[in-house]
Amino acid sequence: MRDTEQSRGPARIELPKSPTGIRGLDEITLGGLPRGRTSLVVGKAGSGKTLLGMEFLVHGALDFGEPGVFISFEETPGDLVENVASLGYDLNDLQERNLLAIDHVEVSRSDIIETGEFDLEALFIRLNYAIDSIGAKRIVLDTIESLFSGIANTGILRAELRRLFFWLKDKGVTAVVTGESGGTTMTRHGLEEYISDCVILLDHRVDDQISTRRLRVVKYRGSVHGTNEYPFLIDEDGISVLPITSTGLSHTVTSERISSGVERLDAMLDGEGFYRGSTIMVAGTPGTGKSSFGASFVNAACLRGEKCLYFSFEESPDQILRNMRSIGIDLAPHIESGLLEIHSSRPTMYGLEMHLVMLLKQVQEKQPGVVVIDPLTDLIAIGSTKDVKVMLTRLIDYLKTNRITALFTHLVYTRKKMAPSDLAVSSLIDTLIQLLDIESTGERNRGLYVLKSRGMRHSNQIREYRITGGGIEFVDVYVGPAGMFMGTARLVQEAKERAEAEARRDEIASRQRELERERSIMEARIALLQNEFVSREGELQRMIEAESRRQRVIDADTRAIGELRKADASDDDKKIRTIREETEEKR
Amino acid sequence: MANGKNENAKDQYSATDAFELALEETDARYVLRLYVTGMTPRSQKAIENIKEISEEHLAGRYDLEVIDIYQQPERAQEAQVVATPTLIKQLPLPLRKLIGDMSDKERVLVGLGIQQKE
Repeated sequence: MRDTEQSRGPARIELPKSPTGIRGLDEITLGGLPRGRTSLVVGKAGSGKTLLGMEFLVHGALDFGEPGVFISFEETPGDLVENVASLGYDLNDLQERNLLAIDHVEVSRSDIIETGEFDLEALFIRLNYAIDSIGAKRIVLDTIESLFSGIANTGILRAELRRLFFWLKDKGVTAVVTGESGGTTMTRHGLEEYISDCVILLDHRVDDQISTRRLRVVKYRGSVHGTNEYPFLIDEDGISVLPITSTGLSHTVTSERISSGVERLDAMLDGEGFYRGSTIMVAGTPGTGKSSFGASFVNAACLRGEKCLYFSFEESPDQILRNMRSIGIDLAPHIESGLLEIHSSRPTMYGLEMHLVMLLKQVQEKQPGVVVIDPLTDLIAIGSTKDVKVMLTRLIDYLKTNRITALFTHLVYTRKKMAPSDLAVSSLIDTLIQLLDIESTGERNRGLYVLKSRGMRHSNQIREYRITGGGIEFVDVYVGPAGMFMGTARLVQEAKERAEAEARRDEIASRQRELERERSIMEARIALLQNEFVSREGELQRMIEAESRRQRVIDADTRAIGELRKADASDDDKKIRTIREETEEKR
Repeated sequence: MANGKNENAKDQYSATDAFELALEETDARYVLRLYVTGMTPRSQKAIENIKEISEEHLAGRYDLEVIDIYQQPERAQEAQVVATPTLIKQLPLPLRKLIGDMSDKERVLVGLGIQQKE
């Protein structure tokens, strides 16, 4: 905490603080209680005041090297030791190691008679003695108001209390004073009048039969602090307050991608899956396989060697294991190897805040890479929309800051659109996968689309998927002019298409055959004509040849006659003869 | 036993006398411890007052121990002393705690069981 104080700038002098070591409280108070001053912890009986004080001392002694004194006005040291033994704190051991001193101050009016002027110097001496005996830096006075039941002269008592708080400040110890809540005043006897440095209010409320503990820092002089009411939890590890580690949307992000565990879903998400540290919601109507998506995601993460936390509000761990095994996802080895933890609880067991506190506590302890909440709806059902959003914002902030990828399943009852309350939550979600339940032609099929996925070019297609013995399998959805077909309808449609294509192919083939036949007819005709032509040509040739022979005969006859008549041939005749002869020769 | 005789005596004397008589008969010793914080005027006043009362009513049959819890803080813890001055009537039982400077003599006497509450 010192480091962060310094990092804010040397100009600002921060109030020195004593860390309480209580999960979440140090975050709210930005470092702990004011060092060397007195803080007042107010609450009704059973609100955890004593425990808070005791944890302050034990953590101080064990974690911060500050021994402490517990002055009990109510419980005996024996009771105290027993009460916190269940939280794993061994007070006897601490006392032996001089890290803790317990003094029980017993005050009962029945055996005290006031006989004149007095003061509480004896109490001061006892405190001083206890503090000095172990060099204590911290002190708890629980519950100092018991003095009022033993001492009738409240005038003296009040003056002495005022002196006591000054004295504690002088002494330089960090003190926690507890007080019972009163009616009109904050504490029954108005202790807040004397202690004004830091006041913490513990509350234990029951709403709708569900009890929730809440803590609020009413005031903290000289320091900023969280002013909200924060739910807190008392369990086997003591107090943990729901922390708000992030003060705004300032978390750094990574562009690392991790698989959803379903290959073809990754393909729809830009081919690479989810961003690490993003928040994913898988929303769907009952029976759409939300848990199966969760389990696939967890399985993939475990196979990568990442630690996972699976919170179930519907099924017991065994039931989840059995059901997931039926679709080919075996989570048992991951549980054995310690990578996976499944936590099941009934949503009505605690209030919403308490669930989230528990959730965060587990997350802090396990430091997982992946968290699945199945389903988130059950948490939403136990709180008002506003509360849920506030709480979820805190949860998601925390997970994002720690780069934990979270997958929430969300049960939607309406088949059409998400209800307004769901939308309020959905704005916190980075990737929203909507599972559809599609009924048609007498059967129900499952479809999926990516409603949104921040920071990636995701598919806008509606895909059909089947949950098979081998996990979640995607099928291409048939989208035709008549709408979307799924399941058997898709098969029927596909068969129909195949048949049509077959028919078209057949027709083309028969057309081709016909054409082929026509071609052969045509060719036959051509051959016939050619033959005819050839024969005609031959005939003509023969005629020409016969004619030329005849001519030659005639010529020869003519010449012979001419020779016989001694006639001379005209020039023309000579020319004709020459041409004829030439022609003859050519041929 | 002398019960009958005592009852007759009670009728004759005042209640206080009867009580003192009873005390004398039992011859109870008083063990008183006074816890003070050093020699402050209030401490001194308390010591003076208790001595005076004891001498007057318990002469010869009381032990008074004055404890300075500045010197012996652990004894304040042991005896569950919160306020000062505190007088603890250790014996006779029942144990009584008287706080203050013992200036209210009446209440001191009642507290010590010497005088009954009126």
